[in-house]
Amino acid sequence: MTVDVTQFHQVFFEESLEHLANMETGLLQLDAVGNDPELINVIFRGAHSIKGGSGTFGFQAVAEFTHLMETLLERIRSGKAAISPEITAALLESVDALRDMINALQAGTDADPTRSASLQQRLAALLAGAEGAAPDSSAAKQTPSSAGSSGDGGWRIRFRPHRHIFQTGNDPYRILRELAALGELEVSVDVSAVPPLLDMEPESCYLSWDLLIQGQITRAEIDEIFAWVEGDCDLNIQPLTNQKTPVAALKAAEARPAGEKAVPAVAEGRPAAERRQGEGESIRVGIEKIDAIINMVGELVITQSMLSQLGAAVNELNPAALENLRDGLAQLERNTRELQEGVMRIRMLPISFAFSRFPRLVHDLSLKLEKKVELKVSGEQTELDKTVMEKIGDPLVHLVRNAIDHGIELPEARKAQGKPETGQIQLDAYHQGGNIVIEISDDGAGLNRERIAAKARERGLLPEGEPFDEQRVIDLIFEPGFSTADVVSDVSGRGVGMDVVRRNIRDLGGNVDVTSQPGQGSRFTIRLPLTLAILDGQLVRVGNHIYVAPLVSIVESLQMHTERVNVVAGRGEVYRLRDEYIPIMDLRGMFGIKAADAKLADSLLVVVEGEGKKVGLVVDDLLGQQQVVIKSLESNFKPVAGISGATILGDGTVALILDACQLVNMACSSAADADSVSGQLTAAA
Amino acid sequence: MAAMILAVDDSASMRQMVAFTLKGAGFDVTEAADGAEALQLAKSKNFNLVLTDVNMPNMDGIVLTRELRKLPNYKFTPILTLTTESTPEKKQEGKTAGATGWLVKPFNPEQLLSTIKRVLG
Repeated sequence: MTVDVTQFHQVFFEESLEHLANMETGLLQLDAVGNDPELINVIFRGAHSIKGGSGTFGFQAVAEFTHLMETLLERIRSGKAAISPEITAALLESVDALRDMINALQAGTDADPTRSASLQQRLAALLAGAEGAAPDSSAAKQTPSSAGSSGDGGWRIRFRPHRHIFQTGNDPYRILRELAALGELEVSVDVSAVPPLLDMEPESCYLSWDLLIQGQITRAEIDEIFAWVEGDCDLNIQPLTNQKTPVAALKAAEARPAGEKAVPAVAEGRPAAERRQGEGESIRVGIEKIDAIINMVGELVITQSMLSQLGAAVNELNPAALENLRDGLAQLERNTRELQEGVMRIRMLPISFAFSRFPRLVHDLSLKLEKKVELKVSGEQTELDKTVMEKIGDPLVHLVRNAIDHGIELPEARKAQGKPETGQIQLDAYHQGGNIVIEISDDGAGLNRERIAAKARERGLLPEGEPFDEQRVIDLIFEPGFSTADVVSDVSGRGVGMDVVRRNIRDLGGNVDVTSQPGQGSRFTIRLPLTLAILDGQLVRVGNHIYVAPLVSIVESLQMHTERVNVVAGRGEVYRLRDEYIPIMDLRGMFGIKAADAKLADSLLVVVEGEGKKVGLVVDDLLGQQQVVIKSLESNFKPVAGISGATILGDGTVALILDACQLVNMACSSAADADSVSGQLTAAA
Repeated sequence: MAAMILAVDDSASMRQMVAFTLKGAGFDVTEAADGAEALQLAKSKNFNLVLTDVNMPNMDGIVLTRELRKLPNYKFTPILTLTTESTPEKKQEGKTAGATGWLVKPFNPEQLLSTIKRVLG
């Protein structure tokens, strides 16, 4: 029977990458806590499993590489070698190299062989270094004794099983059967040891055999058959042709009862009680399947809202039936909501997936910058949508890098300020309302307001000479083009600024704030929606069309007063809202909707905020608020400026979802920047 | 009735390969991800053969073997350990715990089947 093992490759790749992640975490913890047997065990097990799998599935390069790691780890595990920073560093790099190799195998390409080769040399050198302390156990392969020798005509075997042989699960009968398969077998049984029936224990073996096997059979073949009962029997194997074997040799052969080779069991019983985090149960589900379910649930939500409308409309129906209909609808609504929540949860992953890379990043970067940094993580079990998780990774990395690079001071500087030499970076995650909040804080120097302010003045973002509002200055670091290189600065050459961080977070429908105390550190707070699939929306009517404005972006809604509308020459209209001038956009005009009663006076103004700027949207009416399921406009139609997506309402009509950020940008590019308009108007007044 | 085999390995890919191969050869295979799970399963059903990895979280193959041998129904049941050649002492450790024999990793499906047939049928 042939089995195609390639079908198991994908699973092998995935679990190997998981093992590597565990090993990396373990190695980094090892740095902190020193020689912890259970940690080393976890790391060892990772290497061991990858090695076993890669050998079985035919990935020789991976198997050879992990063999070295495993051997080194086995030394440490058995106490024959001590863990050292060099070993940890080499193992960490090996984890990286292995990850590359596995990713390459997965992609069907070749990994860079030079890297693994040089690492292999390093590991080998480390192994050789540990050599003095211990004999190379891996080299001590069990070589079958005199494996090569071959009895020309066959072998004479005296086989005396010990009484307990059945209790090992072995059966002399099966051994005889295997011998018989090798060549012609002559069996004579010795029953002399069988006791009288009364004394006989039914579970013991009292028989022994003298066997004569003929044919071209090597000693190794015989040894292999008896390998499993070594120690459970007395065995004497002699080649048949060597009839005149010197007595001494015979004796020597006799004196080799295999049992004496048994190695005393190493104390192995590690307490299994302490279940490590991350070894919990999990399921692997294809994202596309989950997306399909989410889509279906979306449809269900639509059906439900359709039915609710029906229930509200049919008032003249028989009251009892109507009551039932309403009950049923209430139940449907509840079920739908529960189902929806349940299904959404499948997509939710603990944020530890995003946090897991930070111990390594902090370790490497603090070494490079010669700083002492301790990373504290909490709330890593807080769950959020997989898509959000993938997109928040880079901004988080950026913030953590910044915290180490610019927040945490050098040890001497910290000491001079009376702070502990080791700086702290704290990563926190928790749920708040329908949002997830991620906080990155450090106890470093804090943001340098003076330098930020100076830079801002240079760029005309702050008026010269005026005292500045501290929080406003700090918020300037998020401005586009506010070169972080000279102020908060970045690990140079990466070309990503805080504005990109903020933009990425806003693209996810979230926002980021910063607070900072000089000398005490900074804290970045990121708020994100838990999911991107559903949105709390405000329905608005424009002409006879309905649009959805995301509730989070609405600042306020008000009745328009025509006297507050000002026209700025060539720059569109602005609305004076208290002491602010806000550009207004008439959605009727913008979306080409002809409304019979298009008078500004009767209209409502919905003020939305995007990227820190406000714009007023002129609409005819405000309708209800409801959760809407977001359908992609790009995949079903084509991207439309100012629209982020679409949804289907209870009556089956399609409603477009407004994109506040895009609308603000459109308003700012077509009309004037709100600030400069305000400036002009103030001057005119 | 097909012989019932309990395959124990913490690595899903190895477990799948073993189970697939044995099922293809007509055996009735039950999978377990560690020793603790395997021990529970073994108590609920009488397996004709237990095939276990050595290094596993929660309960390793050695402890599993020792625990199985304490059960009356597993006094004589063949128990094979899956071990790597770099740890020859594990073979003996397994034997000391009561294992019948071992299968050296890496192995291919053919080797697996021929070893299984040594102790079954």
